[in-house]
Amino acid sequence: MRYAETGFNLEVDLSSGSVKRVATDQKLTELHLGGQGTAAKILWDSVSPEVEPLSPENILIFSTGLLHGTPIPGANRTSVSTFSPLTNLYVNSLMGGWFGPELKHAGYDKIVVRGKAAGLVYLYIHNDNVELRDAAHLQGKGCQETAALIQQELKDQKIQVAAIGLAGENLVNMATIEHANSSASRHGVGAVMGSKRLKAIAVRGTKDINVAQPAELWEMCNKKYQEIYDNKNCGDPMAHDHNESFHVDNFAWGNARTRRQGYWNKEREEKWVAKWKQVRTRDNGCYNCPKDCHYSISYPGRQKYFLKCFNKLTYSMAAFEEIDFNYDILGLTSAYGLDGFSTPQVLAFAVELYEAGILTDKELPEFPSDGAARFFYLLEKVVRREGIGDVLANGVYSAARQIGNGAEAFDHNTTKKVEQVPLKLGVINYPFFLMYCTGEKMNITQIEGSFPQAPIADAEKRKKFVENWDAAPERFKKWYLEWEPRQHMPIEASVNVCDWNEAMHYVDDALGTCAWLSSFRGQFGGSPPYHLFNLPKFISLATGVDLDPDGLLEISRRNRNLVRALNIRRGLRRDVEKPPEDHWKKRDPEMEQKHLDAYYDFKGWTNDGIPTRDTLGELGLDYVSEDFIQRRILTADDGTSSRETSAGNV
Amino acid sequence: MSDQLKKKIVKEIKVDLDKCIGCRACEVACSGFHATPKYSSFNPSRSRIRVVTDMLNDVYVPVRAGEYTSAECTGRHSFKIDGKQYSECSFCPTSCPARDLFKEPDSGLPLKCDMCEDIPPLSEPMCVQVCRPGALTYEERVEYRDETPSLGEMEIGLQALVDKHGMQKVLDSFARMSKKG
Repeated sequence: MRYAETGFNLEVDLSSGSVKRVATDQKLTELHLGGQGTAAKILWDSVSPEVEPLSPENILIFSTGLLHGTPIPGANRTSVSTFSPLTNLYVNSLMGGWFGPELKHAGYDKIVVRGKAAGLVYLYIHNDNVELRDAAHLQGKGCQETAALIQQELKDQKIQVAAIGLAGENLVNMATIEHANSSASRHGVGAVMGSKRLKAIAVRGTKDINVAQPAELWEMCNKKYQEIYDNKNCGDPMAHDHNESFHVDNFAWGNARTRRQGYWNKEREEKWVAKWKQVRTRDNGCYNCPKDCHYSISYPGRQKYFLKCFNKLTYSMAAFEEIDFNYDILGLTSAYGLDGFSTPQVLAFAVELYEAGILTDKELPEFPSDGAARFFYLLEKVVRREGIGDVLANGVYSAARQIGNGAEAFDHNTTKKVEQVPLKLGVINYPFFLMYCTGEKMNITQIEGSFPQAPIADAEKRKKFVENWDAAPERFKKWYLEWEPRQHMPIEASVNVCDWNEAMHYVDDALGTCAWLSSFRGQFGGSPPYHLFNLPKFISLATGVDLDPDGLLEISRRNRNLVRALNIRRGLRRDVEKPPEDHWKKRDPEMEQKHLDAYYDFKGWTNDGIPTRDTLGELGLDYVSEDFIQRRILTADDGTSSRETSAGNV
Repeated sequence: MSDQLKKKIVKEIKVDLDKCIGCRACEVACSGFHATPKYSSFNPSRSRIRVVTDMLNDVYVPVRAGEYTSAECTGRHSFKIDGKQYSECSFCPTSCPARDLFKEPDSGLPLKCDMCEDIPPLSEPMCVQVCRPGALTYEERVEYRDETPSLGEMEIGLQALVDKHGMQKVLDSFARMSKKG
């Protein structure tokens, strides 16, 4: 018997209309756990590096985490893994809610979608009954409306739906896949779904999920509900904190340009809280988690939607508007299915180009004069790919190059073609430098998280912090104790911090556990409910697979290197591993490169960022090095980089 | 009079709809508690408590499985409470033919909440234990009831059958049913 997982994937070929229930190899669970780990393996095996992200040959994978469907609280994040039209590289975008657990109860660990349907369709999964249904009547419908219509049509409120909106249908590179209170938003996964003419996936499952050690696992879980509920350092504090000074005073407004220190004051707080009281209807949670990190919004004249995370501010800040505007425009963007991180930056970028005379009344006829009206104007163009919107819909990096005429200089906040958090700081921070450079997810919030961002000035408090820091391996305690304000940590420490931060995300992304309870939250207060030292026991009790912290780290490293390999095969090299040019005012190029050298060395990668044959061999990824050698990415004799292929062209 | 009244402990789960965050931990816990062996499998579809949700319209109602009925009710109500629309089904605990709620997913047999009766007894039913946001709370209160059986009602029923079918037919049927045991 398979514990915690179903042992089956659902393979859907939209071109032929075939659906297959395919048994999976348990060995792969032991090697990769589940989630993006096993998804990366499927992508490695089935999608050759030449495949265009929006072509039928690309594969779109919805993965449950290994722990979905078990009683482990907060295991509910679904991975959407594919190749991104924004970056032409691998993307793993996550969404919370109820989708993954429902899919598991339907009897599948993954849905693997390939091909392209002749017309718009949706996939309906009800346990063993799987059908592709016509979705012509859903064309152009908003994501939330689509979900409601499907539930009505199939007469079941308990169906979980993941859907794209107009943005996904029109292959916009900021298009999301929306599900209930959550969304998979990164790098255009919604456009990949749109390219397959797949409007939605509707899932209903009523099967059991078995666990290996019932009584002991339940006892641990039952305690965990309370611990998570009481732990103020986990969950999303942004959902409940009305003091927005941290973000509005310190993050950059507009096209990641202007810091407005002192913007926040009592009067503004009162106004913003009054607005929040007017539009917010309820805080809500995700499957089997006692935290309420999401909230529903009912804004007059707009469809109702869910709000989460930094989305509460991004549009207002990008457009230099008050909070009312943010609630207003989210009513549209949630329905269209647009990423709340990148979209505001794309729109602000267009406004800057207009101000600079690079875009003119020719491209933007009757362009309004105020920030809010401009954003609404641009939004409609982008989501429909009309006129200049067709160019902007490709994201800042590509749009800048298509527009030309000096527009490239306004693309100052992307790395690897991805719009970054609008943050402009003083002195370089080396762990963050490494994370920005080398993170395969390209979004800092998906890479940072276990080691605190800054030192604690008071030595006593620092000591106290470290004493209670159960989540950290010993060496990090030492480095943190010795870290004084306005000092850089040793290179070795920065390298390890980057590696550990990232490793924990790779753990979450295989297990389906939420980063708010784990990989993202340790940096604040140092007490995440899940960490390297307690997760192995949860995994063992749920799955029956013996695992200790070292074993978990090894799997994380294996998944990390396999994801790296996917991108290396598509051309990723050192030359694109850099932060946004102006992220820090004070840089030190020589020291930066020393850090990068040390990091590659630590990872067992060549000087060009390619995993060596030895590294891959240790992780049982020999098939990757064989492929690299065949493609002359690595040389056969020493397993190091072959320089002539190292130029890279991403 | 009072010496004829029997002391009863009434177990109650109070529901605060405003505190429900829709996480469905109650369903997970219930299905695990009632699995054999205990906690060996999980499946909200087997849960004897379900959260009826229409999230965008702010409807979150945890409802516990009650009696089985072979006939669905007629003329359902729809309630408007604090501006929100609820169907009567949202609050109804019955396992009935009109919906798939509170039925074993494999057999279709009805499910019923047993307040997690166990030896030794739990401090609180499992759904309440895991509901940390506090939408579900457990209470016990004492009631005194007169439980003297009243035969009058049964006789009214039998008389109706005799009137319709005649005494002999009723007696024959009764005799036949007794033989079957």
